[in-house]
Amino acid sequence: MKYLKYIRIFFALIIFVPILLFFLDFTGKVPARFHHVAEVQWVPAILSASIVILVILLLLSLLFGRIYCSVLCPLGVFQDIVSWKSRLFRSKKRKGYPSFTPAQSILRYTILALVVTGLLAGSSFLLMLLDPYSVFGRMMSQLFRPIVLEVNNLLADFLGSKGNYMLFRVNQSGFVPVVFAISFSFFVIISVMAWLRGRLFCNTICPVGTFLGLLSRFSVFRIKINESSCVKCGLCEKKCKSQCIDLKKMEVDHSRCVTCFDCISACKKSSMTYGLRHKQTNEASVSPENKNRRTFLISTGIAVSGAVAARAGQIKSNNDPFYTRKPVMPPGAINSESFHDKCTACQLCVTKCPMQVIKPASMQYGISGIMQPHLQFSTHEYCTYECSICSNVCPTGALKPLSVEEKKLTRVGVAVLQLSRCVVIADETDCGACSEHCPTQAVHMVDYKDGLTKPEVTADICIGCGACESICPAKPVQAIYVVGVDVQKRAKKPAEAPAFDKKVEDFGF
Amino acid sequence: MKRRDFFRSATLTGLATVFSPKMLAEASVENELSVQAAPDMVAVMGGEPEVMLIRALKELGGIQKYVKKGYKVVIKPNIGWDRQPEMAANTNPDLIGALVKQCKSAGAKEVLVFDHTCDNWRKCYQNSGIEEAVVAAGGRMVPGNDETMYKSVDLPKGTRLKSTKIHEAILDCDVWFNVPVLKHHGGAKNSIAMKNLMGIVWDRGYFHKNDLHQCIADVATFHKSPALNIVDAYRIMKSNGPQGKSESDAVTLQSLIVSRDFVAADAAAIKLFSQVKPTDINDVRYIGMAENHNLGTQDLDRIKVKKIKL
Repeated sequence: MKYLKYIRIFFALIIFVPILLFFLDFTGKVPARFHHVAEVQWVPAILSASIVILVILLLLSLLFGRIYCSVLCPLGVFQDIVSWKSRLFRSKKRKGYPSFTPAQSILRYTILALVVTGLLAGSSFLLMLLDPYSVFGRMMSQLFRPIVLEVNNLLADFLGSKGNYMLFRVNQSGFVPVVFAISFSFFVIISVMAWLRGRLFCNTICPVGTFLGLLSRFSVFRIKINESSCVKCGLCEKKCKSQCIDLKKMEVDHSRCVTCFDCISACKKSSMTYGLRHKQTNEASVSPENKNRRTFLISTGIAVSGAVAARAGQIKSNNDPFYTRKPVMPPGAINSESFHDKCTACQLCVTKCPMQVIKPASMQYGISGIMQPHLQFSTHEYCTYECSICSNVCPTGALKPLSVEEKKLTRVGVAVLQLSRCVVIADETDCGACSEHCPTQAVHMVDYKDGLTKPEVTADICIGCGACESICPAKPVQAIYVVGVDVQKRAKKPAEAPAFDKKVEDFGF
Repeated sequence: MKRRDFFRSATLTGLATVFSPKMLAEASVENELSVQAAPDMVAVMGGEPEVMLIRALKELGGIQKYVKKGYKVVIKPNIGWDRQPEMAANTNPDLIGALVKQCKSAGAKEVLVFDHTCDNWRKCYQNSGIEEAVVAAGGRMVPGNDETMYKSVDLPKGTRLKSTKIHEAILDCDVWFNVPVLKHHGGAKNSIAMKNLMGIVWDRGYFHKNDLHQCIADVATFHKSPALNIVDAYRIMKSNGPQGKSESDAVTLQSLIVSRDFVAADAAAIKLFSQVKPTDINDVRYIGMAENHNLGTQDLDRIKVKKIKL
């Protein structure tokens, strides 16, 4: 049965590596279908109501316990890697984890209860903050990806100086201080916890872990201790990432066991086994499961009574409509309410946007929408016409998948012109940068005076891609900018230019 | 030159040197004229891009006149937009491929192609078909999105644009070709040869902010001018330029205009364009401004133009 651990590692890597590559890749070489791996995650599946995936995950949990935590969850595998590395730095005596420690039940159930209460009350903020897949996504996009890009840029510079253009520089423009700070804090906390105590995060803070802990009491297969052959050497306890093996009571706390099978591999007497659960013969007066249920109910009570509806308003720093305009959601968000409810800010769309126009929000959506993606236009950064990648990689259904043709008619915002700031009016010189970049020619040039032309916006064919704003030379407040919408409606299809059907047979000179 | 001719001219020159300084002067002027007999502009109509290019180069004295063995060559097409070749938003990929092939056949050590694109550069290079054509012909694409590759250059003759950052590929090469596509343009009215120079520059925002037309004329004063401006008018964009909305903005004219003279090339291209969409050359103000910079002439009667219909 010792092979179980290796099977677990094998499958974990098959899932982890594609997700990792998908988050770190900036060349577009990692196949787009890899994003389906991100869909086989509890929180994205719940939010996108993917029944098939939910049934599969549920069956997996009911059959095998918290296999999601040990195999499917990228944050779980990340912690395994950290704690595995930590052993290299330990003295021989201290190899392994502390032995059995009791569960932090009040804490974990309170957190789960708060998350559930929040969801019922219509706020997915806590879920977004704590969903392990999204926490992993933010760590990758905010911390690891910039490092990968920097290494690439250094290499590209070096090769470029030798006349080799195989690699190319990629701009780093996604730095948003508050998002970085949150991601970095999670990275530090989770790494320290994993370094010292293995899966402590999963068993105290992670709401998915706690939820699966509740589920795993029904699981068909589980870790068992064979009392007759066990010599209580304690090797299994030391190897247990969850510190959930209690050799004094000869019990395994299944609510915390992530089915990593390390104990089975560690046991020299083959006393640890994985199999059908015991028939409950000598039930204690209060089984650990019952205790858990009780704590969960108490915690829910605390959470509900203590739930604070923290709904901070928008920042009001400047009254210019340029600063107070509505933020622009990525294409496919369709409806701001469902977008904010479903988005867990995993940053997958942010990392996959070839234009780097999608950035995590700081306060644009208010405090509850912190880290959720929005479009922030600047030079060369706008929503390019022939692309709908973001909407197609979203695992939670916050962005509905759009074909490129659909996206070309999806209005994410509308361009607003303030002619007094336009260089044509202010300086009386030709410009036309906005119209030049407008793919639908919603922004087009009309006669102004003395052969000069000025921009004009036909709102009903504008899709709010922001190309005009991104290139407008009026700085720092552009003369043309995009105002977001609450509901992304279909824009009118731009009329085609009349075709030229005469024959030109001469040069004209 | 036949051996007999050589002896004859050598003898004559020798005699002239001995007998008359004036005759020598005349002979050498005549000699120069015979070398420069190539036209100032060649316009070709009615063929595929490669055929028209080869014909135009032949009239001008062959690619060998511009590309010597071992040269580092740069080709600067318009690859500004993430658009298919049929939309005429970018230079025709077949034309660029053919030009790379020509340079290679003349013994170029390497042929580099780049543009500082407006849309995402990777998507532009790919969807314009230019990357594929260049690589197939043995050339290489160079990134144009990287500010570190642009080096500051003074433009002492410029009026509004006194210095700007230009791509190092242009600065380092032995010879370069400017290969724009003929287009309508919302801001500059028309985008042809001189407007295409905005793609060798890093900071285009400065142009838009400081009199677009004057800056275009100013950047054309850059001392390292292209050996030839090869204006692609195989397909032109007649409306909604510079990126176009649909294929109905494109018109197939199967034409090519080649000249070293920026002003003449742009003026001739506008005349061709005007047959599809009448355009007043005076509204394309950078052309007159460039003429004031002594960069060439709008008056096509003053230069030798060779027109060829295939």
